[in-house]
Amino acid sequence: MLGARAGARPAVLAGLPRLPRLWAAGGVAAVVLACGIGVLVGPVHIAPGTVLQALFGGAVEPGQANILWSLRFPRVVLGAIVGGTLAIAGAAYQGVFRNPLADPYLLGAAAGANLGATVAIVLAPGASVIGINLVPMAAFVGAGTAVAGAYVLGRTVSGLRSATGLILAGIAIAAFFNSIETYVQQTHSESIRQAYSWILGRLVTAGWDGVLLILPYVVLSAVVIFLHRRLLDALMVGEDEVTSLGISVRRVRLVIVVAATLGTAAAVAVGGTIAFVGIIVPHTVRLLVGSSYRVVIPLSLLFGAAFLVLADTAARSVVAPAELPIGVITAFLGAPFFIAVLRSTRAAAL
Amino acid sequence: MSDLRLAGLSVAYEGVAVVSEFDLTVASGEWLALIGPNGAGKTSVLRAIARLVPFQGEIRIGDEHAATLGARELARRVAMLPQEPQIPAGMSVAQYVLLGRSPHIGYLGRESARDRRIVADILRRLSLDALASRHVDRLSGGERQRAAIARALAQQAPVLLVDEPTTSLDIGRQQEVLELIDQLRREQELTVIAAMHELTLAGQYADRLALLVAGRLVAQGLPAEILTEPSIAAHYGADVAVIEMNGSGRAVVPVRR
Repeated sequence: MLGARAGARPAVLAGLPRLPRLWAAGGVAAVVLACGIGVLVGPVHIAPGTVLQALFGGAVEPGQANILWSLRFPRVVLGAIVGGTLAIAGAAYQGVFRNPLADPYLLGAAAGANLGATVAIVLAPGASVIGINLVPMAAFVGAGTAVAGAYVLGRTVSGLRSATGLILAGIAIAAFFNSIETYVQQTHSESIRQAYSWILGRLVTAGWDGVLLILPYVVLSAVVIFLHRRLLDALMVGEDEVTSLGISVRRVRLVIVVAATLGTAAAVAVGGTIAFVGIIVPHTVRLLVGSSYRVVIPLSLLFGAAFLVLADTAARSVVAPAELPIGVITAFLGAPFFIAVLRSTRAAAL
Repeated sequence: MSDLRLAGLSVAYEGVAVVSEFDLTVASGEWLALIGPNGAGKTSVLRAIARLVPFQGEIRIGDEHAATLGARELARRVAMLPQEPQIPAGMSVAQYVLLGRSPHIGYLGRESARDRRIVADILRRLSLDALASRHVDRLSGGERQRAAIARALAQQAPVLLVDEPTTSLDIGRQQEVLELIDQLRREQELTVIAAMHELTLAGQYADRLALLVAGRLVAQGLPAEILTEPSIAAHYGADVAVIEMNGSGRAVVPVRR
């Protein structure tokens, strides 16, 4: 038998994907750098030394300490979590749907999350179930419904091999959900402000509460996606081929979609509508380092975190003292990128 | 034991029967070729054995009912080489072949050093070691087919299902691929069931042929018994000459009407 003969030889097998240390270190450095910039940039000047003192327990003037601990630290941490989560969720959706243009937002997840949250804010303000705030849960249910809807619709329209079918289905679902959301808001004008502030994103106001609120969901989502890196790679071959390797395609898809949607819903719950991060980051990683999910997932997490922290910093600096929604920055950069990806995959898409 | 027995196998797509009451026994280490005109149900038989389509009837592998095996257990017994494997962009040959170890790895498990050793050995065996780092989508047709065979071999399954192994290969690569499968079969006592279009090649490489027409088994036997001019005329609607070649089987050659 091959196995028996192979046993005596050293385990040398060239050509396996490995996370390049240099890139991993670069990713960590990018996160640290982006967070540094994010913490330092703001209407009140705070010196780098002060930031380090605050972090490592030195004496800092109370006003500055307050700005750092209540505003800037939670904001960059939240930005990093949201960016990393959206980037790996995007990569996971692309792997599962085998579709280079799959993105949490294009699949209607954001519209679904917004609708779920709006309904929860309007119908049961401040309600909680077993001690957990109802709004993120409702957002998750909405996001899950939207992604499932896009998936089913996309499959019936053109089969999932076509990128355009899935994306068009996501757009249709998003438009439908947006219309219901607008209706619910208009008929409950007393809570419209609260719903809007939720939808536009609250990195600015969420603070450490926001971090704690989403942390369990994003950690769970990230852990599940990380554990499925090998299976995401396996899904790159044909569906029948994966099945004949003893892998249940349906189960793998379901688990990953649930995990990615959970992470997306949590990210939407504090970040609002931030599109394209899930496309820009994984694709850039693929172009630069390779297409194996063993590499794409960890590097997307790091570079997604760094990217969103920088985008958020830009969003609050460009028109200071006012702020742009972060989604404006990501869409400004992401839309041209999306078009480039669409052009490069048009043969498969149409 | 890796003999395979099909009893009363039927496959239907959306209520339309494509394979009906199909009985077949393939001995351990035997190469059986499924032949028949387009749409005869050859691929459906293979897909049923690999449990890629719902079927009725019984499939036994050795002493076990295929239906009672879990997905990974089945994949450790039956490997399938599809007609046109989907070639993933940007995946290295080594990684592609390593996918074949999936049936031996738990759901969230990772490949062990032993898995990598087995793959390294197969790559050497199939002269793919020099290409290990190359992307599968950048290989030539023949090299791709070899990579797909390597992936199937990595499953270490005693039964190998092969669907039209020579489609889109030139005559030299056809011969190369079939010789390779035959050599591996002898070395590792694989049971090979292959759907084959090329009747001459089917007769040269298979121990036995099973002729399917419209989902039914019409005849089975040695190549010399099945590859006859009247039989091919009747079932393929083709005018052919069957020429005995000295010790190299029979050539089935179309004759211009």
